[in-house]
Amino acid sequence: MSIAAALSTEAKHGPVGGSAQAPPARKARLGAYLLLAPGMVYLFVFFVLPIFALLATSLYERVPGTELGVYEPALRWQNYLASLSSYYPELLRSFGYALTATVAALLIGYPMAYVIAVRARGKPLLQGLLLVLVIAPFFTSFILRTIAWRQILADESWVVGSMKFLGILPPDGRLTATAFAVVCGLTYNFLPFMVLPIYANLERMDTRLVEAGGDLYANGPTTFLRVTLPLSMPGIVAGTLLTFIPASGDYVNSSLLGNNATTMVGQAIDRRFLVTLDYPTAASLSAILMISILALVLVYVRRSGTEELL
Amino acid sequence: MSARRGRELPEDPLTRELVQQARAAAVSRRSVLAGAAGAAGLGALLAACGTGGTGGGATTGTGITPGTDVSDTEKLVRWANWTFYLDYDDDTRSRPTLEAFTEKTGIEAQYVEDIEDNDTFYGKVQSQLAQGQDIGFDIVTLTDWMTARLIRQGYVQELDHGNIPNLDNLVEGLRNVDFDPGRKKSVTWQSGYALIAWNTELVPEGLDAVSDLWKPEYKGRVEVLSEMRDTIGLIMLEQGVDISGDWGDDEFYAALEVVEEQIASGQIRQVRGNSYTEDLISGDAIAVMAWSGDIVALNFEADDKFAYKIVDSGVTLWSDNLMVPIGATHKENAELLIDHYYEPEVAAEVAAWVNFITPVEGAREAMEAIDPELMDNELIFPDSDTLAKAHVFRSLSPEEEEKYNGDFLSVIGA
Repeated sequence: MSIAAALSTEAKHGPVGGSAQAPPARKARLGAYLLLAPGMVYLFVFFVLPIFALLATSLYERVPGTELGVYEPALRWQNYLASLSSYYPELLRSFGYALTATVAALLIGYPMAYVIAVRARGKPLLQGLLLVLVIAPFFTSFILRTIAWRQILADESWVVGSMKFLGILPPDGRLTATAFAVVCGLTYNFLPFMVLPIYANLERMDTRLVEAGGDLYANGPTTFLRVTLPLSMPGIVAGTLLTFIPASGDYVNSSLLGNNATTMVGQAIDRRFLVTLDYPTAASLSAILMISILALVLVYVRRSGTEELL
Repeated sequence: MSARRGRELPEDPLTRELVQQARAAAVSRRSVLAGAAGAAGLGALLAACGTGGTGGGATTGTGITPGTDVSDTEKLVRWANWTFYLDYDDDTRSRPTLEAFTEKTGIEAQYVEDIEDNDTFYGKVQSQLAQGQDIGFDIVTLTDWMTARLIRQGYVQELDHGNIPNLDNLVEGLRNVDFDPGRKKSVTWQSGYALIAWNTELVPEGLDAVSDLWKPEYKGRVEVLSEMRDTIGLIMLEQGVDISGDWGDDEFYAALEVVEEQIASGQIRQVRGNSYTEDLISGDAIAVMAWSGDIVALNFEADDKFAYKIVDSGVTLWSDNLMVPIGATHKENAELLIDHYYEPEVAAEVAAWVNFITPVEGAREAMEAIDPELMDNELIFPDSDTLAKAHVFRSLSPEEEEKYNGDFLSVIGA
């Protein structure tokens, strides 16, 4: 956006401090396009082309009487119907888990971001330390961290043992291989993606606005609801999107912390691609997932752009 | 495991495949646009974008060119195997027989426990094999039925028996198998059983039959194998079906129904490949279907915490085979490695650790020097009573394979 804006400004006024003559302006514009080129080429090669390949594969059909995994180009639109009817539970489950994890991450992440951005303002050392705590998990592979959770929450672990002792968990209860563990894993793994955008947003908030709220006899909660929260909406929208989108396609948490009853659509796609070599189903499921996420996000962004969501 | 795999294969097969598709698409797209197909444009474009090679395409097996052998210049061999499938010394953190091989030949051996089950491994490497590319391994270890598929598809290189003089030690019964007469393309690594096993601390009463796994007190702590032939085979055997014989849909689906019910009721916690051993260690699983030698190997580290039983209703018997994938670049080194493991002394050393049935003649005699007690171990040198309980799952036609495996996978949530 800003590059486009820069381009149009330059087109009108020429480069800053330069003359209004045409040639340098054109040169500057060319330069901007050249700077864009690597990004565009990259996106074309690694995003646009694969998307077309994926869509094409989703319409393939099986070659009769051949080995497993042999398909030929076709326009078999039924693949979509077949995938939907066999995998709608996985799709719904994915969105359900992702939504729960997003809400949980928001409830946990917003106070964290608020404390770091507002309460710790003016104390750079504390702020830095808290931010490092949020980002620190990224220093280790998230697969390793998820595997570690599996060990920590194992049936014979002290966590499960003491929870059973305290009566939080029934005697035959367990934590791993449950939907609960999967949602917890998703929440944990995507929490930084929620905290950081909200932090970035709150960090720039003018605290004098909050003071003004107090001056106008609004109490704490009212000031928060009518001043702070609306001002941080862009951060919340960014955070929820950054959490929800990868969470709905995630398959690591469900593979490691769930079981055969918590299969998410990402796992189904993975197994169709790599185990049963059923490329058309895998590709059509990917396309369905992509389109559903796009639709959900569009609706969400539109609604949150209005006052209704508040 | 994943991290290690990441190091071995910096580019995962899926990414590679996508890049290849992208390249192919760039070309076909141009040609399609040149043809200016107009109304049919989008459809044709979509159709052209995919590659015929996605599924190995119409490649007819024999047409694939084997990889160039650089064994002479590069003293390296890369081997993909299952976990608990080669001797390991905890104290020195090394694999003695593999080190002996490097010492003897000067060939460095990269050993990776990269195989979780046959289907997943095949799925990972299939598209590269179809194009004759190097999958990053010079030897892979896969079960009979998968070996048969790879040979049928022309995905393996022919072995030069001149480099494997010790192949003469192969037991008589395995010299001619139906999928590879004369063992020109594969040699047996180990054989073993799928049986039932349990954690003796948490299941002190032990298990007697396959259906003991479904006892209510083990609810949520039971695991079965993602190898269809083993899980379904054990259940079919208990239902009185001769799995080597002439059974059909009725028998198969009766057994599959049991799996489906036990998953739905929450009795079965997970369906797993070789990683069921991790869940036994962590205690998440206490009663499982298992592969014979794994349990003994686990016990080395866990003070005999686990027990197994070759159930009376019968257990499945399978063999895993070593072969050189079509794109492998160190075939001669791989053959030398195979030759090393067909040395009776080496085979006995491996067998004493992995506790699977060794296919090497003379290993039993060589075992005397290592541990005379193991000479009568039913897992390594089974007697006729034990063998009478072991059954081989009959081979499936490609159509049956697709149907049964597909239905099995959808039941286990794959």
